[in-house]
Amino acid sequence: MAKSDGIQKGSSKWDMIIGPQRNLFDLRLTELWHARDLIQLFVRRDFVSVYKQTILGPLWYLIQPLMTTITFTVIFGNIAKLPTDGLPQFLFYMSGTVLWTYFASCLTKTSETFVSNANLFGKVYFPRLAVPISILISNLIAFAIQFAFFLVFMGYFALQGTQLHPNWWMLLTPVLLLMMAGLGLGFGIIVSSLTTKYRDLRFLVLFGVQLLMYVTPVIYPMSSIPPQFQLLIKFNPMSSVVEAFRFAYLGAGTVNVVQLGYSFSIMLVVILIGVVMFNRVEATFMDTV
Amino acid sequence: MSDPVIIAENISKAYRLGQIGSGTLTNDLKGWWARARGKPNPLLKIGQEELINETLWALREVSFSVGQGTVLGIIGRNGAGKSTVLKILSRVTAPTSGQIKVKGRIASLLEVGTGFHPELTGRENIYLNGAILGMKRVEIDRKFDEILDFSEVELFIDTPVKRYSSGMYVRLAFAVAAHLEPEILVVDEVLAVGDVEFQKKCLGKMGDVAQEGRTVMFVSHNMSAILRLTQESIVLEKGHLVMRAPSSEAVDYYLSAGNSKVGERIWDADEVPVDAAPFRPIAIRLLDKAGKIVDTVRSTEAFKIEMEYDLAGPLTGLRIGIYLSTARGEYVLTSFDTDDQAHFEKHGSRPAGHYVSGCMLPPDFLNGGRYTLGVNASSYRVRRYFMDEQALSFNVDTSGAPGMQWSEPRPGVLRPRLEWKIESI
Repeated sequence: MAKSDGIQKGSSKWDMIIGPQRNLFDLRLTELWHARDLIQLFVRRDFVSVYKQTILGPLWYLIQPLMTTITFTVIFGNIAKLPTDGLPQFLFYMSGTVLWTYFASCLTKTSETFVSNANLFGKVYFPRLAVPISILISNLIAFAIQFAFFLVFMGYFALQGTQLHPNWWMLLTPVLLLMMAGLGLGFGIIVSSLTTKYRDLRFLVLFGVQLLMYVTPVIYPMSSIPPQFQLLIKFNPMSSVVEAFRFAYLGAGTVNVVQLGYSFSIMLVVILIGVVMFNRVEATFMDTV
Repeated sequence: MSDPVIIAENISKAYRLGQIGSGTLTNDLKGWWARARGKPNPLLKIGQEELINETLWALREVSFSVGQGTVLGIIGRNGAGKSTVLKILSRVTAPTSGQIKVKGRIASLLEVGTGFHPELTGRENIYLNGAILGMKRVEIDRKFDEILDFSEVELFIDTPVKRYSSGMYVRLAFAVAAHLEPEILVVDEVLAVGDVEFQKKCLGKMGDVAQEGRTVMFVSHNMSAILRLTQESIVLEKGHLVMRAPSSEAVDYYLSAGNSKVGERIWDADEVPVDAAPFRPIAIRLLDKAGKIVDTVRSTEAFKIEMEYDLAGPLTGLRIGIYLSTARGEYVLTSFDTDDQAHFEKHGSRPAGHYVSGCMLPPDFLNGGRYTLGVNASSYRVRRYFMDEQALSFNVDTSGAPGMQWSEPRPGVLRPRLEWKIESI
């Protein structure tokens, strides 16, 4: 009998001991690994079900960022005339939108883990982390589609003669993605653990994520921020990620290794706190939800 | 007993009564701020006490062990803690204290169709549901045809399940569940759904599971299912384990428990749910033809069932119903005090007061054995005030009944005196 359940490894005789408290720092990765089929099916479910009974179906993955980009271009670019580091406005806003959407949807969707799955969690046990993980993956697929769409536009602008400077920093892409996913997951599971008791946080999150976008260089470049406010923006762990991405693909912006290191550490801390809270809530949340 | 695969040691589970917090952070903060200043909580109604330390013990120091290959029944009234035991075993919630040691993989079936997504097809849902219940993809692949066959929905397997009839939905869901192969299976009352034919099929399948030497824990209100599937049962009462015995004994105990006096069930004030008001049940009793309270009636004699109750206020459309069923949970009859058109019109609304609704059951009607009487007070399609599915149980004695010259037991619920004619032609 494989010891697949890592709640508490008892004496060699027992496979599982169900007790009042679990080890808060235990991620139970083996258990999660055994649930990989489930995660895969969750991803598939999310993907298949979202656009059923819609006319345009998966095309929405492309329409959403496109519409947002056009809106941003008109409002922030043409009306407010915010600078874009010398990049074509369309590409500048699109890169920001696509990146931000990934982070924001990871965060908001994982933050609903407990509340929207209460019925399921109340009836059957499986590693609860499978839900947020599957959300990260579904969103990653959506991101890949949207990012490919962005690359198409990049190619188009390049052919039109726009000077873009993609560079070797692109190799950092997986790390940057990991950081966005990690930050989204960490904050998301912290909120989801708290929402089992306090429902108002759900509204706060929707609102907060919007506000957070304005202190991230999504609609403006870091370089346009007066020095006295730069610290505030840099305090936000997402800022360096967005800037680095833009620099890698479009050649404008900044890559700051110290900043990235800071964001990475914040991500680790947030995930750690998130997992502890998640583990605490997981054991008994059915009694309070 | 064979080697134990589950050992539960002093399991207790407490639930906090009333609201947990006030649901929103701002309200919690307000309450906390008020307390910090020594003022009453502004959110509490006047006269309302703080509910801080009130806890309900759903389970108290429950210990048991289950041997390899045992099919163990768990029986008890609503709120006795049956579901809590299953939830803890399924790891849906953690015990407040105590621990359970388990050997082998547990799969739990607290509901059929958990995680079914209405937009997905039957096929997709089989995989999703299977995975949620703990099956691996290859395992599902291997059993897919079997599942499909069991579910009887082959034709619609590629249709989204939202277009299924409820019967098809349940069949598909149960088909997946029935093909789980864990070492330990934990089943709540999931068989109460679906049509009778399908229920039989499911019970049969569960019987097979037990035959294969797997361990099953089974909760049900259906005593015939308990008797058929389990050898041994535990009885829970208000969170305590009060008995563990061979199922027939446990079922008998359960059916007769709570009847403070034989032939009569008297409800104390604290046994009546608050939301029953203005209805207040007092007692239900069984009377022989001499008007004496009895717990054994003779098959050959008429007897009376009486329900006594108070109405604190007038009620419109009230009807008092009795449910007669066998000890094994099969219904014999249902009858309401206003079934008769004349009664229905005359007692359409009843003013506050003290009432007795009673009826006679005819002689030569029931076969010998043990019966259960349930009671219900409701207004049709408006509200159910009170219900006790097992208010009373009683015996029927067949001495003097037709056919007693042969001592063999007779199958069937009725023992009527039929008018036979024997003609030589």
